[in-house]
Amino acid sequence: MKKKVKKGLKIKGFTIQFLPYSEIRDLDSDKRVKKILGIVMNNNILLIQGRLRPEEETRLIEETMDMIHQGKNDFLGIELAVISDNGDSNFFSKIKKSLVNALSGGDLGAVTIVGPATIVKEIKKNPKKIELLLDR
Amino acid sequence: MPVRIIRNFFKRIFSNIFKNKKEVKLGFYGPPNVGKTSLANRICKDFTGEEIGSVSKVPHETRNVQFKEKVEIEYKGKKLTFKLVDTPGIATKIDYEEFLKYKMKKGEAKERAKEATQGVIESIKWLDDMDMVVIVLDATENPYNQVNITIVGNLVARKIPVLIVANKIDLKKADIKKIEAAFPEYDVIGISVKYGENLEEFYESIFDLSKKI
Repeated sequence: MKKKVKKGLKIKGFTIQFLPYSEIRDLDSDKRVKKILGIVMNNNILLIQGRLRPEEETRLIEETMDMIHQGKNDFLGIELAVISDNGDSNFFSKIKKSLVNALSGGDLGAVTIVGPATIVKEIKKNPKKIELLLDR
Repeated sequence: MPVRIIRNFFKRIFSNIFKNKKEVKLGFYGPPNVGKTSLANRICKDFTGEEIGSVSKVPHETRNVQFKEKVEIEYKGKKLTFKLVDTPGIATKIDYEEFLKYKMKKGEAKERAKEATQGVIESIKWLDDMDMVVIVLDATENPYNQVNITIVGNLVARKIPVLIVANKIDLKKADIKKIEAAFPEYDVIGISVKYGENLEEFYESIFDLSKKI
């Protein structure tokens, strides 16, 4: 009688990398997007302090599509999510936040998560929580 | 004679200016497979008798920006002429293996995936050219997808008026309140393109939105 041998699951390695805003603050939009994509394409899940401008987010999507089209390293794209403080705050808190953002050059109260689609199957977001579903 | 020449000259100038302004560029944006082309087809069929593009259950059916000009929409005695711009669904990832589930051959699936990536790029490039945009979402899906937020953010930055349309309200899992909660600053209309539900409210919203251009 043949004995079935169950093969063990192989967990692929990946890294979670934190990128402070200071690392991208002085870069122009193109270089910012290329830096982020470069890190993610090396199988890193990236946590960025702050958030990209809307036009930079679309630039990131365009560059991502270009990389998929080129068929580099079996790249399938990215999962992207932004957690920011959109909670109720009074007028003065909003003014203070705007001032801090203007001085620092970005929304430091936000965190942007970018992961390669080969590792991050889905990022589920609702107002109260965020879940990363990984692909093994 | 000189007076007539001058009069005709100004007449030509003014008619060209107002001719261009009369046709409103209305874009349909959103994630893949939510019903953008179905909605554009419905409008085109209702007012011109022709469709704008093909639809399919397989995602990324629309892989090029498609146009329909001189679509005159009439609602409660009001008329507006639109240039409808149907765009490929915007996504952050495309895997050809997803298409194999629909019994597509591997070669065909890979080709579709490549075309879809180009479609997303083209879709983003056309954002700048819109006078107003309808963002179509699937009422059964989580609206907090970052693609939706990115599209809205870009339109706000460009000061382009936005209407959010939640399609597929005929399905049990549809949750229009969740979509309203995700986009509290925008008008959200729930429709079913498949069964023609609530299209009157949609047309009314389109006319209201055109006043913000």
